[in-house]
Amino acid sequence: MTGFILLRTLQALIVLWVMSFVIYGLIGLMPGDPLDVMIASNPGATPEVVAHLRAIYGLDQPLPLRYWHWLTDAVVGDFGFSRTHSEPVLTVLGPALLQTCKLMLISFTISVVMAFVLGVAAARRPGGWADGAISLFAFAGISVPVFWLALILIIVFAVQLHWLPASGMGTVGDGGFLDQVRHLTLPVTTLVLANAGQFTRYVRAAMIETMRMDFIRTARAKGLDESRLVVRHALRNALIPVVTVMALSFGTLFSGALVTETMFAQWGMGKVIYDSILANDYNLALVGLLFATLITLLSNLLADLAYGWLDPRISLK
Amino acid sequence: MTTLDLAAPSVQAAQSVWKLRWKRFRGHRAGMISLAVLVLLVLFTLSAGPLAAWFGVDPDATDLLSRYDPPSAAHWLGTDEGGRDELLRLMYGGQISLLVGLLSTLVGGMVGLFIGLWAGYFGGRIDALLMRFTDGMIALPLLPLLIVFGAIDLTKLGFSSEFAHSGAAGFWRVVVIIAVVDWTQMARLVRAATLSLKERDYVLAAQASGAGPFYVMATHILPNVATPIIVAGTLTVGRVILLESVLSFLGFGIVPPTPSWGNMLNNAQELVTTAPTLAVYPGLLIFITVIAVNFIGDGLQHAFDPRSSR
Amino acid sequence: MTPIIEIDQVSVHFPQGGGGLFRGPAAVLRAVEQVSLAIRPGETLALVGESGSGKSTLGQVVAGLRQPTSGALRFHGKPMGKAEWRAARKAIQIVFQDPFSALDPRMPVSDLITEPLRIQNIGTVAERRRRAAELVGQVGLPLDALNRYPHEFSGGQRQRIAIARALAPDPSLIVADEPLSALDVSIQSQILNLMKGIQEERSLSYLFISHDLAVVNHLADRVAVLYLGRLVELAERASLFAQPSHPYTSALLDAVPRIGRGRRRRGRSLTGEMPSPLDPPPGCVFHTRCPKVQAICKITPPLLEPAPGRPQHLAACHFKE
Repeated sequence: MTGFILLRTLQALIVLWVMSFVIYGLIGLMPGDPLDVMIASNPGATPEVVAHLRAIYGLDQPLPLRYWHWLTDAVVGDFGFSRTHSEPVLTVLGPALLQTCKLMLISFTISVVMAFVLGVAAARRPGGWADGAISLFAFAGISVPVFWLALILIIVFAVQLHWLPASGMGTVGDGGFLDQVRHLTLPVTTLVLANAGQFTRYVRAAMIETMRMDFIRTARAKGLDESRLVVRHALRNALIPVVTVMALSFGTLFSGALVTETMFAQWGMGKVIYDSILANDYNLALVGLLFATLITLLSNLLADLAYGWLDPRISLK
Repeated sequence: MTTLDLAAPSVQAAQSVWKLRWKRFRGHRAGMISLAVLVLLVLFTLSAGPLAAWFGVDPDATDLLSRYDPPSAAHWLGTDEGGRDELLRLMYGGQISLLVGLLSTLVGGMVGLFIGLWAGYFGGRIDALLMRFTDGMIALPLLPLLIVFGAIDLTKLGFSSEFAHSGAAGFWRVVVIIAVVDWTQMARLVRAATLSLKERDYVLAAQASGAGPFYVMATHILPNVATPIIVAGTLTVGRVILLESVLSFLGFGIVPPTPSWGNMLNNAQELVTTAPTLAVYPGLLIFITVIAVNFIGDGLQHAFDPRSSR
Repeated sequence: MTPIIEIDQVSVHFPQGGGGLFRGPAAVLRAVEQVSLAIRPGETLALVGESGSGKSTLGQVVAGLRQPTSGALRFHGKPMGKAEWRAARKAIQIVFQDPFSALDPRMPVSDLITEPLRIQNIGTVAERRRRAAELVGQVGLPLDALNRYPHEFSGGQRQRIAIARALAPDPSLIVADEPLSALDVSIQSQILNLMKGIQEERSLSYLFISHDLAVVNHLADRVAVLYLGRLVELAERASLFAQPSHPYTSALLDAVPRIGRGRRRRGRSLTGEMPSPLDPPPGCVFHTRCPKVQAICKITPPLLEPAPGRPQHLAACHFKE
């Protein structure tokens, strides 16, 4: 067990390291370079001065060398400065990470609960009217563009009905709990609607598969009542594959969160990454992307662990 | 021995499999409705050229005096933020969105098909490398990665500035970057199928007669993986259309003035207050397209599944 | 007469586990260990043994489907070079156990039967068609079978199609890997008679792989017995069935049910399970189950030598009969 965790952690670290190099290289290919703002704001910068500045910042060195400098700094916790925020990268990212985790965890939990309720309901009579309606809902969730869903929710609930705020994380001067909830309602709704569909399909498929198995027929023949059968026997067995796929879809959830945060002006990881790429804030974009990768890797690791924990037949080697 | 005409009856037998599948697909109501919807959507986008000619309107010409006009006889769905005809923009944008969906799937699918075949058939190091790579790809946050790809300055890769800022570059960039991140799924699928097929006795029999790897792949493996490829490919088209739309919406995909359903919502913040209906149309079309494609994929899965009745 | 094919001290080992990017194999499965055999023109050599004895693997080596880990093959007395391989691909064909997996479901029977000809570029399209029509007749299928697909046929009919395919390039040897064991008993005898008939017509050789000694007794000229990848006995059929030399062969024969014979002959039936080929026992590999086991058996592996007074009857046992 410990060996398994160690091995997977090592694998995750390798992926993270490879990604850091790939992203570092890709970011170097984005327009402009870290000095262009500095040069543009200083009309007296002669080509000699620019060359000198480049040398100071090490920009005249080849890519692998520059990456090596970044990496050696990064492993001791120095991720550099964000030039748009004029603050260390970690100071900018800290609150954003917290906000994103909050958004993702809340919507993930609600989506999962919803998926189980709907999925089980649909699986009880496959082909029935409830199944049809729920399947339609699930397909709609999979097929809807998240940003457009957010747009529609804003138009309906914020612009037309004025029920909920369209953007931000809290009203200035009011940091109360209720106010925060009001600001989170639309982003969370967006993410839930977009994710519950896929989850519901997983639950439904797993439940139908389980309900066909012999032990369920045996239990039914014994005269076990239907609701006990579903909850105690079928659901428990359907749980294993479902939880795994759900945890694996954390990456998709993150992509959704990125869009949602941008749409609702929520100060989260997605918004930070998006803004930093638009503003050529290299350090911030790089570390933000690596954090995003880290979150996904961690959730995949958790998925593996959950799988082993739920299914006694799997021993983790 | 009389000469036999073998060609005709065997073609007939081959057709009967597809006939049976078509019959099963027809039994899938959502799939059939979706197919009709998709055909209508394609016709809708293709009528852009004729319609523009009939109206005598240039769909790209901006007219700042008539921004956000309400629907009228001249502009059936009104005008957008540049005073352009919304209906025509939707049609042209649809052509781009659908084309990106098809091309990315095709390019990514081909790459995935060849790599999956190779890895599954020859195994060994290439296979191990591929599996580690696809494991890694699954672990990555897709959208941020796509955004980085979309933000790359093509002139830094040695392309001319003229090309880098042309509409064609914008289009192909989207096709390529989506294919680059999306081929792994197809590769895994084909690899798994190849692994099981290459152990079949009919493959061994062919090898015993001296069949080389390319003969075996072309004759015995490809035709037998066609079914899962078609289903997975259909579902990929839907996913790709969604990816293109969100990329273009965020400004890293199809670049205006070329319209796409995604980038028509670029200035969404302005739209929600001044012209909410303009925010509805493009997204609704994406939604309908993708849901139709997904239902067709579901129907195909049902039709190709030998275990399904009907 | 020079044998069609000879295998000389052939071993096949499968590395197990590992298989990752950098890890080596964790263990080695010794499927076939230093086996030498020769198949003569027109004869039927039966390869018998329990499942896991390595008989299928050996058959695949003969059919050119598997590279031996060590040892050599000779085709008509010549070591295998490029020209020999090309000739062997025509001269040696294979028929499998599972008639459902042996035929590509997407090919009509005419294409299936002529596949070896297409692969080897033999004949024109018209000639191949004629050949296919001839072959379905020979294996006892109606002409209209040519245009149908495998799923339209029963197991026995499919096995006939597989045999027709093997016959297409006019081979001199067919490796038949348990060709009957997936079929109903009534069908088995039909296919067996078909194979016999074809052999008489064309003076064909068979390498007949089977675990069914009753069938082997019916068809074989010589019998080779494999245990844990080793050749333990090799003899003329009559000699082997009348008086087996190796205790393993005796035990196998005793296990065959016979109608009309009251009591068992002698010896005992096999007890215990075959040891793992990953970790074969030292000395004689059969000593863990042998009723005649002595101290020497656990240390010294016996050589394959003629049984006392029978120069053509070879067995690998310290106490052969």
